[in-house]
Amino acid sequence: MMPSNALTTTRRNFLGGAGLLVAFSLAGLSSARAAATGEAEPEGVGASSALPDDLQPFPYLDAWIRIDPAGRAQVFTGKVELGQGIMTALLQVAAEELDMPPHLVSIVTGDTARTPDEGLTAASHSMQYGGTALRLAAANVRMLLQRAAAPMLDTDEAGLETTGEGTIRAPDGRSIGYGAVAATLSLHVQAQADVPLRQPATFRTMGKSLPRLDIPGKVTGAVSFIQDMRLPGMLHARVIRAPAEGMTLTLPSRTEIEAMPGLYAFVQDGDFAAVVCEREWDAVRIMRQLLAGQSKRKNGAIPTGTIADILKALPAQDYPIEKVAHPTAAATTRLSARYARPWYSHGSIGPSCAIAEMKGGELTIWSHSQGIFDVRRVAANLLDLSEDKVHAIHVQGAGCYGQNGADDVAADAALIAHALPGRPVRLQWMREQEFGWEPLGAGMVTEVVAELDADNRIVTWNYDVWSPPHNTRPTSANGVLAGWEVTHAFPPPENVPIPMPAGDGSRNSNPLYALPNMDVNFHFIPKGPFRSSAMRSLGAHLNVFSIESMFDELANAAGIDPLTLRLDHMSEPRARAVMMAGAEAFGWQTRRPKGKFHGYGMGFARYKNLGAYCCVFLEISVEPNTGFITVQRARAAVDCGEVVNPDGVRNQVEGGLIQSLSWCTREAITHDAERRTSFDWSSYPILRFADVPVEIDVDVLPRLGEPFLGVAEASQGPTSAALANALADATGVRFREMPLSPEKLRRALIAL
Amino acid sequence: MTVSLIVNGQRRTVSATPDTPLLYVLRDDLELNAAKYGCGLGQCGACTVHLDGKAVFSCLTPIGATQERQVTTLEGLGTQAQPGILQQAFIDEQAAQCGYCIAGMIMRAQSLLDRNPAPSDAEIRRHMQPNLCRCGTHHRIIRAIKRASAVLGSQNGKGDAS
Amino acid sequence: MMRRIQSKALLASFSLAAVAGSVIAAAIIYAPEIKPVERPLPTSFDPGEVAKGAQLASIGDCIVCHTADGGRPFAGARALPTPFGTLYSDNITPDEKTGIGNWSFAAFRRAMVNGVARDGSHLYPALPYEHFTHVDDADLRAIYAFLMTRQPVEQVQPKNDLLPGLGFRPLLAGWKLLFLHEGPSTRDPARSAEWNRGKYLVEGLGHCGGCHTPRNILGGEERSSDLSGGIAEGWIAPALDKSNPSADRWDEASLFDYLTTGIAGGHSAAGGPMGPVAEGLSTVNDADVQAIAVYIASRMKPESALQKAASTVATLPRDVASQDPASSKSTIAHPATDTLFAGACGGCHMPGAPMQVTGRPPLSAVSDLRMTNPRNAIQAVLQGVAPPSGRGPAMPGFADILTDQQIADLLGYARAHFTDASPWPDLTAEVSAIRKEDAR
Ligand code: FES
Ligand code: FES
Repeated sequence: MMPSNALTTTRRNFLGGAGLLVAFSLAGLSSARAAATGEAEPEGVGASSALPDDLQPFPYLDAWIRIDPAGRAQVFTGKVELGQGIMTALLQVAAEELDMPPHLVSIVTGDTARTPDEGLTAASHSMQYGGTALRLAAANVRMLLQRAAAPMLDTDEAGLETTGEGTIRAPDGRSIGYGAVAATLSLHVQAQADVPLRQPATFRTMGKSLPRLDIPGKVTGAVSFIQDMRLPGMLHARVIRAPAEGMTLTLPSRTEIEAMPGLYAFVQDGDFAAVVCEREWDAVRIMRQLLAGQSKRKNGAIPTGTIADILKALPAQDYPIEKVAHPTAAATTRLSARYARPWYSHGSIGPSCAIAEMKGGELTIWSHSQGIFDVRRVAANLLDLSEDKVHAIHVQGAGCYGQNGADDVAADAALIAHALPGRPVRLQWMREQEFGWEPLGAGMVTEVVAELDADNRIVTWNYDVWSPPHNTRPTSANGVLAGWEVTHAFPPPENVPIPMPAGDGSRNSNPLYALPNMDVNFHFIPKGPFRSSAMRSLGAHLNVFSIESMFDELANAAGIDPLTLRLDHMSEPRARAVMMAGAEAFGWQTRRPKGKFHGYGMGFARYKNLGAYCCVFLEISVEPNTGFITVQRARAAVDCGEVVNPDGVRNQVEGGLIQSLSWCTREAITHDAERRTSFDWSSYPILRFADVPVEIDVDVLPRLGEPFLGVAEASQGPTSAALANALADATGVRFREMPLSPEKLRRALIAL
Repeated sequence: MTVSLIVNGQRRTVSATPDTPLLYVLRDDLELNAAKYGCGLGQCGACTVHLDGKAVFSCLTPIGATQERQVTTLEGLGTQAQPGILQQAFIDEQAAQCGYCIAGMIMRAQSLLDRNPAPSDAEIRRHMQPNLCRCGTHHRIIRAIKRASAVLGSQNGKGDAS
Repeated sequence: MMRRIQSKALLASFSLAAVAGSVIAAAIIYAPEIKPVERPLPTSFDPGEVAKGAQLASIGDCIVCHTADGGRPFAGARALPTPFGTLYSDNITPDEKTGIGNWSFAAFRRAMVNGVARDGSHLYPALPYEHFTHVDDADLRAIYAFLMTRQPVEQVQPKNDLLPGLGFRPLLAGWKLLFLHEGPSTRDPARSAEWNRGKYLVEGLGHCGGCHTPRNILGGEERSSDLSGGIAEGWIAPALDKSNPSADRWDEASLFDYLTTGIAGGHSAAGGPMGPVAEGLSTVNDADVQAIAVYIASRMKPESALQKAASTVATLPRDVASQDPASSKSTIAHPATDTLFAGACGGCHMPGAPMQVTGRPPLSAVSDLRMTNPRNAIQAVLQGVAPPSGRGPAMPGFADILTDQQIADLLGYARAHFTDASPWPDLTAEVSAIRKEDAR
């Protein structure tokens, strides 16, 4: 049984030879961007540099779009649905440029045998790169259809127009369906860069809030997630690992384990171990029995203390990020501050899961990884198979927000299935395994020194950021847990930072503001105390938090409005527009103090200084006797370029805002010298219903005709900053180290 | 052990060791997908179903304790072709991001509407407290519950008038 | 078995005693009004004094009783169920109309020490003036400063809902005559200053006896059984003296941990009404909590044992859980319950469960299972345990999952499996009764 979206596409799998043909379109092209660069900005690698990045390695149109004789379109994208609504938005883009009704279009996502390799679905790149590529491919197809229809309708191409119904109409009213035209046409031709796109004024699908394709199934119990997939003869596995990263577990002897009732197989390779059972509960039961054994830390204690203590004591590589020097007036005010955030868990509600099956020398892996082509690379490398013997298919999982356990569990499942050929194996991690072993969002520290002159101009901006890696995405077996555990282990690679302009720990460390003197430095810590990798917005979260907090500290010192200080130092018109639109909608200029412990705050950023612009305004009240914050109103303004699905954008921004409030006020991975001690939702609380804002509104600025800019990570930094700023406004106390937890606030505020 | 229970109105007989949590029986034996494994610890609500009309964590409900009891899962509220009122409200509000938490959310919310068809905002928030959403869909979920409540209200209104 | 308080008998004896008492008490029934004052400006208080008051108010846990569910702190209106009916706590924010905004310090002091409101009416002993009467004036002043600098909230509390006759406040004068023992708490010069500080806090502001001392039929604390265990909001407040069944597991360090974090490694997690107490103490200066821990530890065992306890706690041979379940007496006594336990409880409480491998206490160490009275164990299973601010030990409630019989079976099994105590009698009936109580 396949998940519902896969089901739809199978049902609509009209062309017997589609797989073959597509495979042909994908063959012979260099493997595209590997994950290591997927969090970075893509660089062109292929044919014509005029084409959008994702089209360059896959310029043939039939790699992207096929049209069947009945006039239905099938669209192939290497991007995948992560709960962000991308499947629906990409389908809209294709439907718009094909000028077809959306219900005649179906979409196939991330599948190493069927779709182009578009690298990771991450870094808010999907619309920016995937959407742009698909859009141009669809425009090419529409143009070809129109051109081929001319002789069929016995008329001149110039007079033809598409109707939006999947037909082409001649000036005299005669028309012909796409299916009939497509039957005469090969789409195995390269895309052209200069094809006209449909114009916003005549849009039929883009810019509309098409309801998400996946929601009806999800609210009625359809097979929607990989966790729901059931294959004939499927076995259930659980992997046996010590309670947390960095520890080892002593297991009983193999004979003892194999005698356990309910066990189908015990798979072991070096330090890797898994139990496999016919029934899932047996696997859980046996796993627990084995975990009752002794475990201990392998080597070296985890340093304890504040985040700054821990990070600044570790070896770092220094990277200059920005150096600007101009003569200015003399400084009259000098402020310095240190900001920090702890390690975060991705905290997916559904622990990571994968299914793998080894049959006839070929391995198939179903995974919810953000990089399905990397899943194939990793498994091929781990099992020493050639890549063409490994087929990886993306199936939705719970929201991941970055690199959680998805890639590890896929490799785990591959290893187990490889040892047990003939039957599919389903492996789901337990909640505590996800908390104990997934790569974390890195803890970070920043230090800022800023100076104002007598006219309240910022004349000095010195900024340092320390961070462990935010990108250890695997591209081969040396990036996953199983690779480190097997007998012939693959030692982990040296971690390297993502270069600017995207950056990782350095992401958004260079302020977008126009400042005459800047000295921004990144201290990259290749090996932190925990495994860390990409988590929504990477380093931008703390960098924006720090910059935007310092702007408020400066405004406060100068006695001017924080918005004014920002506008005074911002020359980008779209940045100014977002700030002003948000301020207007929120009523920033007319805000009035409503008494003690009540306040307002704002935060702004352009994600990566390349993506969406977002400005968040909050009105909060704080209860000093308990430390609880109530966000009375949250208002976000975003500019993400041309908007394909406005409700989808709002949904992402609302979600990002609430998640950021949760990071900022509650979350922190706890640990002692031996291990992470956060293992469940009681030791890693996140925001619950009682604590989400009373009101949230999102204003999406119309930017017709502008390029798409991803939006999923735009609100994290600005929201946390706006909260710290509102808190300072409400209490007069500046909190600089997250989480701004009720305990911390109560201690600081109760006696005020 | 053989357990006989009523699932979504139908008598089902399953054979499983009595300690098996209802969650695994629903998912693996009865092939009902809605209830999800999230934590297995009663902390997230992804596995929420109704047991004798009350919202419970199916991950902590041993099948041996359900003999002859009534279980309702999300599948029991409606289908894609004919969604229940609350399910339709979730569609109308587009109340999901990844959607992994949603089955549990709807079942938790349904248990509120069953005894209080017109809950206040505060009552909704308090009632939904056991269920976690990591995507930050809370507002849409609250809106969907209110929308369903309004539909229920107007239906009752009609009922009274006739 | 727990003694259940019968309301009718109570009412009768209360009235009798009160009437008898009130003859003698006639002289003290009358208390004059203390003139209202203009609300003192928040800025008129010394910030240091306010900060001190914040600490003391946390030790006194004012916020817990004086905040309604979901309500504003200190604004009162929290329902306080008592055997005599339901009382609603007063608004103690400095609101002039509905709170204590126009109370002078003298009025505040009289309420705390004598249980008389500013207008001269007698206060119900739900305000534990039996204890507050021992608080010295400097501390009362600090608490006054703290309260008068809170945000004023205009909120009228609902009318008390008491058994007929008990709404007549002058009766309280008789009650006080019997149970209110004014005056400072006594010092023991032979003991350390820390111990004496702990005693002062426990007997006074901390009002630990309010829950942990048994009450007589009139609701007065039995002074002769000070800290030997009581009941609060349907939970047993365990004995804080030698009679505590886990007394040998407690020492100063574990009490300190427990009081500040709600959890004592290898011991216990704060459940029921103790949760908010620990939450409050988590923000109190360590020295005062340490003093409380020192005093309570001394009450739990003779001083000579204190030194030893610290080193032996970890190695006490109590962990019977590791025995082979198949041959254990729990399995023999409860043949079908091990599977019920494995499915409902095992995810947290069996060896190898995440909670166990991360160092949370095994059930063999949990006091509730060892107590003579199963009430707390039952409550924990029915209602669960929730950390007030979200971080800390959590347990879901099973009231809607399991039947009374199943809960009784589970607890019987757990007691046999994890402790060496004798079985609890009549468990099913007890579960049903407590479930009914909770439903009210
Ligand atoms: S899976 Fe049952 S509550 Fe989380
Ligand atoms: S929608 Fe993803 S967890 Fe709720």
